[in-house]
Amino acid sequence: MSMINSFRRTMAITKKEIRQLKRDRITFAMVVMIPLIQLLLFGYAINTDVRDVPVAIVDQSDSAAGRWIVEAIKVTQVVSVEAYYKTSGEAEAAITRGEIRAALILPPNLTEKLANKETLGQWLVDGSDTMIAGAIMQLRNMPLDQITSIAAKQAPTFEVALFYNPERRSAVNIIPGLIAVILTMTMILFTSAAIVREREKGNLELLITTPIKPLELMLGKILPYIFVGLIQMAIILGLGHLIFDVPINGDIAQLLLGTLLFIAASLTLGLIISTIAKTQLQAMQMTIFIILPTILLSGFMFPFEAMPKPAQWLAELLPATHFMRIIRAVVLRGGEISDMSFDALWLVGFTIIGIIIASLRFNKRLD
Amino acid sequence: MNSSDTHDHELAIDARGLSKMFGMLAAVSNLNLRVPKGQIYGFLGPNGCGKSTTIRMLTGLLTPTAGEISVLGMSIPKQAEALKLRIGYMTQKFSLYDDLTVKENLEFIAQIYCLSPNESKRKIEQLISTYQLTKLAKQFAGTLSGGQKQRLSLACACLNDPELLFLDEPTSAVDPQSRRNFWEQLFDLSEAGTSILVTTHYMDEAERCHSLAIMDQGFILADDSPKALMENMGVNVLELTHPNLRQVKDELLEFSEVRSAAQIGARLRVLIDDKVNQPDIWLKQALPTLEQSEIHLTPPNLEDVFVTVTEQSSALEIG
Repeated sequence: MSMINSFRRTMAITKKEIRQLKRDRITFAMVVMIPLIQLLLFGYAINTDVRDVPVAIVDQSDSAAGRWIVEAIKVTQVVSVEAYYKTSGEAEAAITRGEIRAALILPPNLTEKLANKETLGQWLVDGSDTMIAGAIMQLRNMPLDQITSIAAKQAPTFEVALFYNPERRSAVNIIPGLIAVILTMTMILFTSAAIVREREKGNLELLITTPIKPLELMLGKILPYIFVGLIQMAIILGLGHLIFDVPINGDIAQLLLGTLLFIAASLTLGLIISTIAKTQLQAMQMTIFIILPTILLSGFMFPFEAMPKPAQWLAELLPATHFMRIIRAVVLRGGEISDMSFDALWLVGFTIIGIIIASLRFNKRLD
Repeated sequence: MNSSDTHDHELAIDARGLSKMFGMLAAVSNLNLRVPKGQIYGFLGPNGCGKSTTIRMLTGLLTPTAGEISVLGMSIPKQAEALKLRIGYMTQKFSLYDDLTVKENLEFIAQIYCLSPNESKRKIEQLISTYQLTKLAKQFAGTLSGGQKQRLSLACACLNDPELLFLDEPTSAVDPQSRRNFWEQLFDLSEAGTSILVTTHYMDEAERCHSLAIMDQGFILADDSPKALMENMGVNVLELTHPNLRQVKDELLEFSEVRSAAQIGARLRVLIDDKVNQPDIWLKQALPTLEQSEIHLTPPNLEDVFVTVTEQSSALEIG
């Protein structure tokens, strides 16, 4: 009997939340608009393949060889030649002004150097952006057989077989990761405000005089958002597949299971915030405190392995880091949750401990 | 639930030596409260006098710093959760959901109390008609007027057929006509056997209660039926006229026999210790300028009681 009553009270809260969510047009629109806009934005904008870096040419040789080299560099598409200067001083000034990111200096004795197989010229690079600097560095060993037959064609030391994303498109890696980022954002944002809003509006004073139990209140509050989370995942993956051609190699059931684990973990994190924050503004601030590391440390933007150890430990605390591995494994590599049992169990454990903490923290007393 | 029927003469609330400290501030001090079953018991006092804190301790929302509480025979705060099934609570601020309709709010509370669907439907229909909410059933609670919100709150508080109702300043945002109607509904509930504890700072409301406790700065200064309080206050009430009431008031307050003097329209209402025989004559002797004034005795009201007891308590503090 008490189990049935517990269930009914939980459902009462859930039903009320759904009614309120339906009437809150802005929030309801956000459920759809956040994944949609972010998907388009990140899908198109984030590109780790560096292209069209603005550069200038200082060709002091004024020779045919110089013009060939410049043409060869243009063909790579890594750089786009924006200006020609006479001296390296002018080029440096342009870098300082931010008009160009790098300049290629070709010396007056270029033809002579070419004949002696010496280093031909010098790149002056604005090294502050490491990704751009890296791209220019790769031009260092640019084979010049397109312009001269002097250099013998050399076989590469290694051959590379690229699995899962042979065309090396960023979107393939970004979009499954985007599910983790967007779900972190919306799930934590919705639930972190959940209890605080009731407190601010005075509803909580009524609720605590009723027989509702903390755990029933917590579960009832998060249940509707599980569906919200699944809808968002469907939008991101569906459109990602249609627009950005992201392959979905894994089983849909595995995908759902993995996502549900993550949604549950994120919702409990939101609930914990909700029991700590006194106002909705505080809840919002704490949410941002979680979202930033999620974007930067979870492996969404930068490879997890490249981070220093302490940063990795920190990232392991975030549910998003574990989900990032699961979702990429399932979507891109056709993996199963059982292959990722450590990450899956971690999310389960996080959820259980989180719900307990939130229920304990939520006191039906005012003191 | 019916166990209470066998002890009809028991107390609904019995609190002894109740205190609540918030840090160094004593919100409630050594309060003794005995509320008989079936009565409307009033808590009269200014804002911040400890009324809400007391109600919150009695319902188990706040843990008392000291003292013992028994509500409906249950030990509070230990049995607070079980008590919640048997009481109704109307908060001072409207605490239902603005973005749910009147009916949805009632349904929500009914579900929280686990009423069966049939019972809930019957009960909600009955409450909607009792509290004149029929036309408002589909309206969002946030768009209701003060009086309508209050009727909805009371309806929600009555959904679980409570034996005891706590009403925390239920009429603070309500026009006089709605207040009148509200009190009629309280009397109906009381006649049906519900005990009611209601806080207020309106004298006319306090006067309607069966019994009354006057509270100020965390203390109960007096408690009895309104009639007994007025009879036993130990002062006579006189009203007088004079062209310069302000000056007369200041001069009268110099006398220790004069407990209070306050201007009411064109007259001055003076409370004089009942040790003074024939207070009207005493007044004219005390202040010769009152020779031409009309002076007559009037029946005391609760405000006089309130002024007298709070004045006594502050005099004690200074003394």
